[in-house]
Amino acid sequence: MGEDQVPTPSQTVGPFFGYALPFEGGPDSAGGAEVIRIEGQLLDGAGEPVPDGLLELWGGQQFARCRTDAEGAFHFTVTKPPPGSEPGDEAPHLHVTVFARGLLRHLATRMYFPDEEAANGRDRVLNVVDPARRHTLIAQSDGAVLRFDIRMQGDSETVFFAL
Amino acid sequence: MSVSHGDSEPPYLHPDYRATVRRAPRRELVRLPAEWFHHLPGPAFGRVPVRSEDADLTRQHEREPLGERIVVSGQVLDSDGRPVRHTLVEVWQANAAGRYVDPVDDHAAPLDPNFTGAGRCLTDAGGRYRFVTVKPGAYPWRNHENAWRPAHIHFSLFGPSLASRLVTQMYFPGDPLIPLDPILQSIPDEHGRDLLVAALDLTITEPQWALGYRWDITLRGRNSTPREG
Ligand SMILES: [Fe+2]
Repeated sequence: MGEDQVPTPSQTVGPFFGYALPFEGGPDSAGGAEVIRIEGQLLDGAGEPVPDGLLELWGGQQFARCRTDAEGAFHFTVTKPPPGSEPGDEAPHLHVTVFARGLLRHLATRMYFPDEEAANGRDRVLNVVDPARRHTLIAQSDGAVLRFDIRMQGDSETVFFAL
Repeated sequence: MSVSHGDSEPPYLHPDYRATVRRAPRRELVRLPAEWFHHLPGPAFGRVPVRSEDADLTRQHEREPLGERIVVSGQVLDSDGRPVRHTLVEVWQANAAGRYVDPVDDHAAPLDPNFTGAGRCLTDAGGRYRFVTVKPGAYPWRNHENAWRPAHIHFSLFGPSLASRLVTQMYFPGDPLIPLDPILQSIPDEHGRDLLVAALDLTITEPQWALGYRWDITLRGRNSTPREG
């Protein structure tokens, strides 16, 4: 139906975005009593931290952006999106997008919540993922924070979705 | 009907660009039915501050930056050719000497106290954007022996859905470094590479003031197929 426009190709974000894309308060998309702190590390195929990555998180009405630090670490504060904030049978989750030097196209993954076992079990997206790899999409409870590491490559490579 | 554009997109793994070797996913990407996510509204970027003066990178300091003043303008379209209105466009670039303000950049070229090299704007009701800046310089990198990046401006765009998010780079016509650049050359087909090269445009050029370049951008949309793994 008139669809003949070739989309503009992607190129890497490169190493020098750090003064341009992060913005004040970028990692903190929510405040108040219900906030959840997410902490994680972005790792390459050798298990080395990726110090020049940029993560974006999106879900419900929230958008947040955080660059990784020298240890590849990132953090966000969010609230859990309500179930059914998207059509279809999906458990609460956040969309996570990864940009980095060395990524010619960005990566897309999802973060699910560990205290939603029943909903996660019914989630239509988790159910199309190889059961042995599903755990890479579910954050881990770690005291007061949720831990969500992203492995770009290797034995426990995070599940990424085609865009 | 949807059309596949697999050869216009770079692969994740492109060993000529060395940094992809440890960072490209090696497992197959999980493919979801398009209707599961293409209808989702995209990230609400409203928290990203955009001021009208952010679109003129030559007026962010006391004086004007050194370099060749240029206007870069174009239209942002979806894959049906319709304008994408009021969407965030972010740009960042090296100065005329090929040096970024970013502290990570250690290229031995001068910083310009009158140039930061970062800009933002929202597209207008016709999907158009316009930046005033200076032409960035080429710069060396350590990918291979005597490696130089062609002059480029980094672009980041949102569009209406998760699928339309795009980070890319705009290049300048006739740059002799283009055929030597493993990042641009990672795109398999020539048409795809050409889409990243702006055109000199005398209708955008401001006489006696600044050369104009036109660069239109097409975002993925409802009808785009997922990229090949
Ligand atoms: Fe660059």
